[in-house]
Amino acid sequence: MTDLTKFTLAEARDAVAGKKVSALELTSAHLAEIEKARGLNAFVAETPERALDMAKAADARIASGSAGPLEGLPLGVKDLYATEGVHMQACSHILDGFKPAYESTVTSQLWRDGAVMLGKLNMDEFAMGSSNETSFYGPVASPWLPAGWDESKGREALKGDKKGLLVPGGSSGGSAAAVAAHLCLGATATDTGGSIRQPAAFTGTVGIKPTYGRCSRWGVAAFASSLDQAGPIARTVRDCAIMLRSMAGYDAKDSTSVNTPVPDYEASVGRSIKGKRIGIPKEYRIEGMPAEIEKLWMQGVEWLRAAGAEIVDISLPHTRTALPAYYIVAPAEASSNLARYDGVRYGLRVPGKDINGMYENTRAEGFGREVRRRIMIGTYVLSAGYYDAYYVRAQKIRTLIKRDFELAYADGIDAILTPATPSAAFGIGEKGSADPVEMYLNDVFTVTVNMAGLPGLAVPGGLSSQGLPLGLQLIGRPFDEETLFSVAEVIEQAAGRTTLPKAWW
Amino acid sequence: MNTHAKPSKLIKGATGDWEIVVGMEIHAQVTSHSKLFSGASTAFGAEPNSHVSLVDAAMPGMLPVINEECVRQAIRTGLGLKAQINHRSVFDRKNYFYPDLPQGYQISQFKSPIVGEGEVIVDVSATEQIRVGVERLHLEQDAGKSMHDQSPTESFVDLNRSGVALMEIVSKPDIRSAEEARAYVTKLRTILRYLGTCDGNMEEGSLRADVNVSVRRPGAPLGTRCEIKNVNSIRFIGQAVDVEARRQIAILEDGGKIDQETRLFDPGRGETRSMRSKEEAHDYRYFPDPDLLPLEFDQAYVDALAEGLPELPDEKRARFIAEYGLPSYDAGVLVMERESADYFEDVARGRDAKMAANWVINELFGRLNKEGETIATSPVSAQQLGAIVDLISSATISGKIAKDLFEIVWTEGGDPKELVESRGMKQVTDTGAIEKAVDEIIAANPDKVAQAQAKPTMLGWFVGQVMKQTGGKANPQAVNDMLKQKLGI
Repeated sequence: MTDLTKFTLAEARDAVAGKKVSALELTSAHLAEIEKARGLNAFVAETPERALDMAKAADARIASGSAGPLEGLPLGVKDLYATEGVHMQACSHILDGFKPAYESTVTSQLWRDGAVMLGKLNMDEFAMGSSNETSFYGPVASPWLPAGWDESKGREALKGDKKGLLVPGGSSGGSAAAVAAHLCLGATATDTGGSIRQPAAFTGTVGIKPTYGRCSRWGVAAFASSLDQAGPIARTVRDCAIMLRSMAGYDAKDSTSVNTPVPDYEASVGRSIKGKRIGIPKEYRIEGMPAEIEKLWMQGVEWLRAAGAEIVDISLPHTRTALPAYYIVAPAEASSNLARYDGVRYGLRVPGKDINGMYENTRAEGFGREVRRRIMIGTYVLSAGYYDAYYVRAQKIRTLIKRDFELAYADGIDAILTPATPSAAFGIGEKGSADPVEMYLNDVFTVTVNMAGLPGLAVPGGLSSQGLPLGLQLIGRPFDEETLFSVAEVIEQAAGRTTLPKAWW
Repeated sequence: MNTHAKPSKLIKGATGDWEIVVGMEIHAQVTSHSKLFSGASTAFGAEPNSHVSLVDAAMPGMLPVINEECVRQAIRTGLGLKAQINHRSVFDRKNYFYPDLPQGYQISQFKSPIVGEGEVIVDVSATEQIRVGVERLHLEQDAGKSMHDQSPTESFVDLNRSGVALMEIVSKPDIRSAEEARAYVTKLRTILRYLGTCDGNMEEGSLRADVNVSVRRPGAPLGTRCEIKNVNSIRFIGQAVDVEARRQIAILEDGGKIDQETRLFDPGRGETRSMRSKEEAHDYRYFPDPDLLPLEFDQAYVDALAEGLPELPDEKRARFIAEYGLPSYDAGVLVMERESADYFEDVARGRDAKMAANWVINELFGRLNKEGETIATSPVSAQQLGAIVDLISSATISGKIAKDLFEIVWTEGGDPKELVESRGMKQVTDTGAIEKAVDEIIAANPDKVAQAQAKPTMLGWFVGQVMKQTGGKANPQAVNDMLKQKLGI
């Protein structure tokens, strides 16, 4: 980490705008860090030439006084996003060699505002996973070392299969790891059931999944269309607010995007939360939850109370049903969304004796185990005779979950505070190999938010007894991301910014 | 509807009478510049894969956006079918794998279609009219085209048609014969063309029919049906119904039973062949497309479209009968094509409408059919035909001369009025000239005069002689009157 990569995104913005640092210097410094951090496996494609070109163009705009709000700020992009002429594979073998001829709406807005692309970030294959272990490109190692590990043990593990090192969470594991390791100022991510908030919590970073419809899904490979949302991961609440302003906005190319003005989110950072009513849902106190998670949560309550918020116990009675319902709805949509990866037009094609043989061989080889599992689950729950018992019921549950939140908000609740995850980061290879549900349980606090289409933010709340980051989650009213930023900043200030690990890799 | 078997429609089998029951799913390509969910062109006949957007090719992260013009066209069509318009409908995904289906699913409307029940009044013959119920109309995407004949080892795919909007119009099983089936499709096509919502061009695949056929004993419950896929001409639809009904009757009379299945009609062999059985039928795993919001509009939206609808064939026909005093059959013939009806009205305006109808139907349509022309390419314009009718009405020419004049206008063109002048086709009404001819004939045929005075029907012979002498140009009425007077009959 150099001085140039120590900046928060906001600090870098001010330094570049004030011509204390050039975009080219800032970008070069980050490219150098990325090169040194290859062992973490956060990036699956580096785009240094493009980054340098974009940085030079940014410097030219700064010189001519036409700089955008993100001018010259180097960012990483999750591999789920289409980036014109650049690797986009959703970290799947089935998209081998795919380079789209188009740019996603969200990334094009970042470039419009002057940001610089450093490359594409590792992720769980098609965003299906909670540990970044389902990536075709292999797992990402968290920059956080396991308790009791020294740096050389970490470096040794990086050279091998990374077993024992910590997962950065997932599916946006590359995004979270790269941000935590100071390889970029911020990163785009996506969240279908917790894929922004859980990795942010695991890596001591901040991530927000905005309200469904806030960011365009156009050009982002679909996992579960009714749940997917783009959002940023960055090192501070303010940085997330700055990025989201550029990422958000109505897009006529996405029929589910919502045409409502994008506020200046940064202005809400530092705003008083005095008198805000914060709901504490009793159903999030789940069986077997570690005491330190409970303690963290109550600490969060105290901080908010101290800042003048009113703490209100609330009930979200259908919380328990959210995870099973989510694991019906999301795979159902995925089974259909992933049908286009058939070997006919792009990506991998494995020949077969006839067309069905080609389909079978391509999809068997092209998709990893977890993706195949979810396609099977999704196909099953949509099949004749099972549709009503599974899909229709899950949709009913979804309506009930949504209503739980609506009732709470109708009672005057401004935001809801919960833990972000039921535990701190676990080790690579540790979970889910025998029972996938063990992995799915990571999303227990986050899926409700996607099911209800609400905004959710994860902010570091402190460290576990093992010295690992723990996150708190804030859930907001639809399109009220501003309150989340205000409240999260209070927690950030109270908890003290997490000291991210220094480079051992 | 049509619950009682009509004896005239029954088919005689070896063991007694059978009734055919047919229902149809018509796939009508929506007339629009761009596709249902993408901006790509719908123009026919372009180079393969030249009208393909990123959405049509199902690139990762691409999303459908509804083309409002297609929605308007579907509503217009629903109004034309006197159908219920559903203010809220839902797009679903129909999932199956095929190389010409890039998304791996077709976006269609399964549970909640945009249009509900309606009906079509069908003229089966000059004397028989039936009502065919419409079950529903929904919007869906067309697939691309697979070509298996371009290479010995590979198949090629053309995605130009992929994503083009179709209206699937599902009839109730109200059709009882091949003739009725043909008449239904013909009428439906007429309505679509009037509305301008589908060009009805079956050769280009703009209109295709899936024909469901079953047979039963008169009055018995519905039999097991077979679906004959993708029949692409009205003639073939009739043939397919007949051939399939006979196949089913033969099986049933042999003591067999009909398996519900999908079949293909082979016009070359005049038979239907099994495509896939019920067991092999796909499980399409329909579910609401999460990329699209439910399609919603209010009654004002529908009203505005209703206001812009053209006069439809049934109304036009009723008006022709009431306004022009035309026989029902003639009116029916004239309204078959909107262009023909317009042509007729141009001819009839301010003229003897019945005469205009006769000329349009008998002379013009007869000639167009014979020469393989259409009303749009007719060498005789409505203005020219109107002028011919005017010349008859004013007794300037006789009906017989008018036919010669029509022939000249057809082959050479020109202003009928000027032609009559320049070619001396004018009818002779000059009594002096007629009298001269009459006197000469009477003087030359004293025996015939005597006969005629005894038997007045002999008058016809004299008329013929006078006409011959005047080169057909004498006014027949004037000749008649003059002869009667001179012969004293």
